[in-house]
Amino acid sequence: MSTQPIIISASPHVHSDRTSKKLMYDVVIALIPALLVSLYVFGIGALMVTAVAVISCLSFEYLIQKYVLKTAVTINDGSALLTGILLAFNVPSNLPVWMIIVGSLVAIGVAKSSFGGLGFNIFNPALVGRVFLLVSFPVQMTTWPSPVVNQTTMADAVTGATPLGVIKEGLMQGETITGLSTQIPSTIDMFLGITGGSIGEMSALALILGGIYLISKKVITWQIPIIVLTTMVILTGIFWSIDSEQYANPLFHIITGGAMLGAFFMATDPVTSPMSKKGMVIFAIGIGLITVVIRLFGAYPEGVSFAILIMNAFVPLINTYFKPKRFGSKIKSQIL
Amino acid sequence: MLKTFPKGGIHPAENKLTSTKRIQKLPIPKVVYVPIAQHIGIPSEITVARKDKVKIGQIIAKSGGFVSSNIHSPVAGTVTKLDKIIDTSSYKKQCIVIRTDIKDPSNFEEIIYPLKKEIELTPKEIVQRITDYGIVGLGGATFPSHVKLQVKEGNNINCLLINGVECEPYLTADHRLMLERPEEIIVGIYILMSALNVNKAIIGIENNKKDAIDIFKGLTKNEEGIQVAALKVKYPQGSEKQLIRSILKREVPKNGLPHDVGVIVHNVGTVFAVYQAIQYNKPLIERVVTVTGKELKRPSNFWVKIGTPIHDLIDEVGGLPERTRKIVNGGPMMGKAMKNTDVPITKGTSGILVISEDEASRQRSENCIRCGDCVFVCPMGLEPYLLMKLTEKGLYERALNEDILTCIECGSCSYICPSHRPLLDYIRFGKSIVKKLETSKN
Repeated sequence: MSTQPIIISASPHVHSDRTSKKLMYDVVIALIPALLVSLYVFGIGALMVTAVAVISCLSFEYLIQKYVLKTAVTINDGSALLTGILLAFNVPSNLPVWMIIVGSLVAIGVAKSSFGGLGFNIFNPALVGRVFLLVSFPVQMTTWPSPVVNQTTMADAVTGATPLGVIKEGLMQGETITGLSTQIPSTIDMFLGITGGSIGEMSALALILGGIYLISKKVITWQIPIIVLTTMVILTGIFWSIDSEQYANPLFHIITGGAMLGAFFMATDPVTSPMSKKGMVIFAIGIGLITVVIRLFGAYPEGVSFAILIMNAFVPLINTYFKPKRFGSKIKSQIL
Repeated sequence: MLKTFPKGGIHPAENKLTSTKRIQKLPIPKVVYVPIAQHIGIPSEITVARKDKVKIGQIIAKSGGFVSSNIHSPVAGTVTKLDKIIDTSSYKKQCIVIRTDIKDPSNFEEIIYPLKKEIELTPKEIVQRITDYGIVGLGGATFPSHVKLQVKEGNNINCLLINGVECEPYLTADHRLMLERPEEIIVGIYILMSALNVNKAIIGIENNKKDAIDIFKGLTKNEEGIQVAALKVKYPQGSEKQLIRSILKREVPKNGLPHDVGVIVHNVGTVFAVYQAIQYNKPLIERVVTVTGKELKRPSNFWVKIGTPIHDLIDEVGGLPERTRKIVNGGPMMGKAMKNTDVPITKGTSGILVISEDEASRQRSENCIRCGDCVFVCPMGLEPYLLMKLTEKGLYERALNEDILTCIECGSCSYICPSHRPLLDYIRFGKSIVKKLETSKN
């Protein structure tokens, strides 16, 4: 027998090999296809922005933990890395570097650390950073470079609006969907990601692949993404079937803007989503609903970020009122 | 379709290293240490004194009340001490120490018990004998079996469930018993059915023991009233409430007992002990114990006399490996880590698990990332993260309202937590305080 003392601890004596760190890095892996698409579409700019966001998020996490909170430094837990990537994925690829740094500070400093760090934040840090930038620098945040792959055909258009922006603006000026359809990329291009938009949000295909990876590895549950998208399809479908000239079709809505990125990667953030399956359903329906309301009737062309942040605020309430069914409670009459 | 319970559960690595190892007889121990509190309920009262000579099967401590049990001498020998020694709870408990008389032939007698099918006793006599012969639940909870059989007037017990699930990883004691003594177990089931006056019994076996399922299906093909249910491999399938839900789709009400839904559950090991007590007048003085661990030389299943110190079993499987860091009484999910190997085997010991360095220590606890995994895996529909937090903050009243007392301590939450948080440790602590507060209130 070894000279090491015997360990006495309470059961269970075995543990799964899941770790928070592995979960975070799995999400990073799942985002790689989307990053590759953005590199192809926007070129080196996309990589630049992502690198700056990641480095600044990690640096702020380190500095705040070490010098402000004076706690253990946990920058290798993957959470700040993920926040950096997700922040970058939510901004245009030509955003000035200093703005990205400011966004990172807001994400890590305000949205995460001020609440107590990983696990204590109420709002998704990357989205807080993104929305802060959007309301502070609306012009830079909504000026997207056109895809480099298309620049030969549209040589004068160095910047262009997103398909959602085109539709919103056109409809407000009294145009119809049919009339506007020539100004937006084809459905297949939008699905693949050959379109304007924030770095990581354009390719529905790449994001779906990443999402399937996460669901298959049980990093996220299927409930949130599927219900968010289904809610969007149903609601936009209703309006579209009423007047297809004033409202875009449901497919358009779920493959453009931040729908896929939001549904698979932002709404599923474990920290800021509900703890029970029932709660997740309510949460996801809320996100779908608010997104559609903002997109169809709000001032902004896109509403996924706001929808997720609004529903984040409801999570504590949802956790209180939508609890799992306790075993042995509310039993139907049992046949004996 | 395999039957299972709908909410929660996990699937840890099964590691059933000993599922093909025949149960061997362990050599007679030189000394046995028999604790007087081997069952749930009131400890038994010692009826022997120092220097008394005792025979095999003689009562050495008698039942201390209704929820209690007789204890019989596992060997023939001399009482050398009545002393407090460390038992599986890691506390010093009263024990009867008996030195085996190696000259007494009864210690070495190989008694062969041929299968005996006819049940001669009346239901009342059966219950009486189970009471007298110290039978307790051998699945681990050690609840005195006669208490479960004393069903009150006007009850509507209509089904007996036999628990052959053995959902704990590593353990194979019940599995081997089902493979080696299936006919005796069937007779045991008829004995219990007769005692309970029910005409339906179902044996629940997890699907990782297909051989046992096949044997019992074959044996019960022409038997009326006994069925076999193949169950999905999911922990904690063998927990009483989950088992009832899986097989019968009945949910035992909160704070209720199986008989509230017309069911009584007994473990296969208990059924076998009942068979021997009724058909051959044999009190509960030995049981099957799996001795296992990844680094053991010869992991095995043994017939072990109650009171045998664990080191006797360890010696038999090739000694403690160099890198041993933890010795567990029971399985890895619910077993108790022990201080040393002097602790005796009791009626509730289904296995001894030796864990080496790599798996013995816990990882550092990190921040809760609110992933909800603990909520998803909880078979009782509880919110472990919340119960831990409430306990941490001392909010026991709220913990009570969040049903902390219904926790079955299966450990699924602590097992799954990606942040390695000591969820069950806190919940256990919270439960103990809440229970105290509740008793002081009444």
